[in-house]
Amino acid sequence: MSAFILRRLVHMIPLLVGITLVSFLIMQIAPGDPVDLLTERNATAEERARVRTLYGLDRPLYVQYWIWLTNMLQGDFGHSYVRGRPVLEMIAERLPNTVYLNLVVSVLIYSVAIPIGVASALRQYSTFDHTVTGTAFLGQALPNFWFGLLLIYGIALRTEAIPVGGIATYGVTLAEHGVWPVLVDRIRHLLLPVIVMGFSAMAGVTRYMRSGMLEVIRKDYVRTARAKGLNERIVIYKHAMRNALLPIVTIVGFQLPVLFSGSVIIENIFSWPGLGTLSVDAVFMRDYMVVMAFNVIGATLVILGNFIADILYVVVDPRISYE
Amino acid sequence: MRENPDAEHTEDFKRMTWKRFRRHKLAVAGLLLLIVLYLIAALAPYIATHDFAAVDPANRFQPPSGEHFFGTDRLGRDVFTRVVWGARISLSVGFVAAAVAVTLGTIIGAVSGYFGGTVDHVLQRLTELVMSFPTMFLLLTIIAVMDRSIFNIMLVVGVTSWPGLARLVRSEVLALKEQDFIEAARAAGATDVRILARHILPNIMAPVIVNVTLRIAAAILAESSLSFLGIGIQEPFPSWGSILNAGRNHLRNAPWITMFPGLCIFVTVLAFNYIGDGLRDALDPKLKT
Repeated sequence: MSAFILRRLVHMIPLLVGITLVSFLIMQIAPGDPVDLLTERNATAEERARVRTLYGLDRPLYVQYWIWLTNMLQGDFGHSYVRGRPVLEMIAERLPNTVYLNLVVSVLIYSVAIPIGVASALRQYSTFDHTVTGTAFLGQALPNFWFGLLLIYGIALRTEAIPVGGIATYGVTLAEHGVWPVLVDRIRHLLLPVIVMGFSAMAGVTRYMRSGMLEVIRKDYVRTARAKGLNERIVIYKHAMRNALLPIVTIVGFQLPVLFSGSVIIENIFSWPGLGTLSVDAVFMRDYMVVMAFNVIGATLVILGNFIADILYVVVDPRISYE
Repeated sequence: MRENPDAEHTEDFKRMTWKRFRRHKLAVAGLLLLIVLYLIAALAPYIATHDFAAVDPANRFQPPSGEHFFGTDRLGRDVFTRVVWGARISLSVGFVAAAVAVTLGTIIGAVSGYFGGTVDHVLQRLTELVMSFPTMFLLLTIIAVMDRSIFNIMLVVGVTSWPGLARLVRSEVLALKEQDFIEAARAAGATDVRILARHILPNIMAPVIVNVTLRIAAAILAESSLSFLGIGIQEPFPSWGSILNAGRNHLRNAPWITMFPGLCIFVTVLAFNYIGDGLRDALDPKLKT
């Protein structure tokens, strides 16, 4: 096992280098000059040259890359050319909001979609099953940006109780209003984004769980369990479901990058002050350092997530071995 | 003489596939719907009632009527006309982007699986690299540094979405290349290119075709998402996503701008998904769940 972990870690290194290279190079193809972002429009040639030297933009590309890379390894992602603030500080400030939204959605998805998927599989081809698979199919095709707008139009614009966007009402604080009003306010803001994200993601998990369960339920060991006279509940929950859940457990790994990058469009629709909004703003303003940091961190989390998923596969299922 | 039994066999396979496909009612409905949508896209200039870019300040935010079937937008442009032209743009972006992705994915996956060794190693690292980036970030970044022309949008959506198919093709090729008939072709002196094109690719077409329909749907969604964020298809050209983007701030006073293009995206993606489902059942009955 430790040999496997070591091998996987070593395997990640060239990939991580590739990620930083791609993130860096894409921004170099960009038309326009970052110096434009750093200087006044009517800056003189000397001023521009001075700023260029100051930011190291006059150095050869490979030197710029090397400086950026080594700084990053020391936890310094540089400063935003537009805002002048440390990139990491800008990300850290938005991160909790995005993690909060995606965590609520994830918990909801799994606690609802798994039981539905199992129930659907146990009653294969029943009306319930057809309704579930039909709805899941619709959910996978429904564009979440349009669904979001429909909910804003149909619900938020018609009732004061549900806001059209934002994460909390300004001025509603724990100190002044107590726990209950703050909680209610938070939930009111969460409701629509969570419904939109939850519906489409739930569709996928439900279908996945359903087909996993259908596969397991036909296995010999399930038939054996029944043949030896076990109670049907024990057969389903202990023999079948626990095995059908194995692939789902590893989703914890794949969920890691989602917490960081999973809600770009939803945040945009509901003016959620998270990383998605920050990344779209950065793209619009060509804020080089911020965009590069987003790609590096996002891709690193994907790789880390895959790594965790691989480990979890072995941990939860003793039949799988990587030796 | 050698070609004849072959052709007959192919005919038979096609008929059987069509017969099985027809049994999937929703897939057939999806196919009919797409035929209509593609006809609308092709005949856009004849179906549209107005000029898609014609601004008419006197008639801003008109609700749907006999003159403007889907109402008018912030600039007084006819939404029906824009949705019809949007069909042409959205469907072609989806089609071309998927074609780019499928071509890249099939070639990279087939070469990787067939030749193995260093070639495979390098191509697999490349595939992993592209897969590492969160798709939305990657799309946003590349588009941020490019001109947002329709051609570039097609290219970017295609170039970021081939890895899944490459992996699928590679695993299919790996399973096929050890089989006797490939060995026989090689013994008969066939070149690698000929073996790949004539013996391997035709045998992995079933999963590829299913994947193509899903790829088109995904590409249409990707383009719509970008245009919805305002960084996809640029004004005055309409795509379904960009019409949504233009309507999102006028939900209260002009909801019709948002309703129709969104419905088009939804229905189109749904149709492609149903067709993919029907094709999978028809081409590979073993997979049916």
